[in-house]
Amino acid sequence: MAASDVKLLGARPSPFVNRVQFALNLKSIDHEFIPQNLAEKSELLLKSNPVHKKVPVLIHGDQPISESLVIVQYIDEVWSGPPSLLPSDPYDRATARFWAAYIDEKWFPLVRDLRNATDEQSKAAAVEKLFEGLKLLEDAFVNSSKGKGFFGGEKLGFLDIVLGCYLGWVRAGEIFTGLKILDETKTPALVGWAERFASHKAVDGVIPEPEELVNLIKKFQARAAAAADASSK
Amino acid sequence: MAEEVKLFRTWSSPYALRIVWALKLKGIEYETIFEDLTNKSPSLLQYNPIHGKVPVLVHDGKPVCESLVILEYVDETWKHNPLLPQDPYEKSMARFWANFGDDKLMKSIWQLFIAHEKDQDVAAVAALENLKLVEEQLKGKKFFHGETIGYLDLAFGWIANIVSILEEIMSLKLVDGERFPHLSSWIQHFMDAPVIRDCWPPRDKMIIKFQVMRENYLAPATPK
Repeated sequence: MAASDVKLLGARPSPFVNRVQFALNLKSIDHEFIPQNLAEKSELLLKSNPVHKKVPVLIHGDQPISESLVIVQYIDEVWSGPPSLLPSDPYDRATARFWAAYIDEKWFPLVRDLRNATDEQSKAAAVEKLFEGLKLLEDAFVNSSKGKGFFGGEKLGFLDIVLGCYLGWVRAGEIFTGLKILDETKTPALVGWAERFASHKAVDGVIPEPEELVNLIKKFQARAAAAADASSK
Repeated sequence: MAEEVKLFRTWSSPYALRIVWALKLKGIEYETIFEDLTNKSPSLLQYNPIHGKVPVLVHDGKPVCESLVILEYVDETWKHNPLLPQDPYEKSMARFWANFGDDKLMKSIWQLFIAHEKDQDVAAVAALENLKLVEEQLKGKKFFHGETIGYLDLAFGWIANIVSILEEIMSLKLVDGERFPHLSSWIQHFMDAPVIRDCWPPRDKMIIKFQVMRENYLAPATPK
């Protein structure tokens, strides 16, 4: 299929976009990456995702698909040859989907809380909550990997890319706050996994460097402070 | 060896109702365990330690949590009478709209339900916009799935049930036949389907439950 048959509307710093990039890379799917300016949304983005107006959007032929977890499952089902992203057993699939929902709905918002924390006390509280979540994910990793290197076992799978896409932001959060989030004394299995994940060829080069994300955090905070100032005048 | 299927639910949870319907559509026998969420059983906490919520489906001793995850599990395990479309694009659309229903639509309707009178107009705008998007998905179709009930109908099932209860309590019609002809028609067909109809929780009990919830939200804050 021609590369132009598969397009990905995205923005490099978005972990949700990165997730889709991992899936496309793992499946060796030729595609065109169309970077989006989220401050000034393009006609194509608004037309392709009118409901949420967000990235990522995968456009396959002329059909747009939105929501990163929906896209990743679509990719797995259309390009169904190896490697499979989701496990084949229905119970293992349900477990993977359960953890994906937990990671997106409960855990990653805690990283955002950390990013928004302004004083040392709230930073420490945010990190504590993150640790609690990571302990659960550490157990999930041990159960899912069955002694191998990834959530997917020997190969990178669905849960690896669902959690792995956040590693840049986690690292940026650590730099920004000076606090450790992925700590080998607390979640050693996940620390090992994170290193293996980051060096996988399907992942290499996709996630922006932490320093770039730290600068983005500073920008968000400056903008939020300016907005707060403006509204309090 | 006979399969053992258990469903942990409450009498009123719309999420658990999705699974009741799914199991019925697939003709699967199961044991129901009713939970009191103010006094959770050790079993529930053992099977769903992370969230402690219903529904939980336990299949041969293995728990599955989160209603949309359970729906896909049921569909993949018992492959007859498929709930999800076979085509990957159609399947993606079903998943997309189910997520929209839970993340955006339900929240906006709830925000309207618990809004003080002065905030109702603004809250109504979001709820109506979201309902309009769902209305558009029904054009030319009897059910979201097509001619028969499927995954997305079950995911949206709460619209057929809870919305009219909230409307009655608020004395406010949201899904009216003029603005939402397709959705109104769908509600009728869905409510009348035998598999669905026999499972509704008692309406009078639901009205009392939601009325109490609303009063708690609208009660003025206790002065210090």
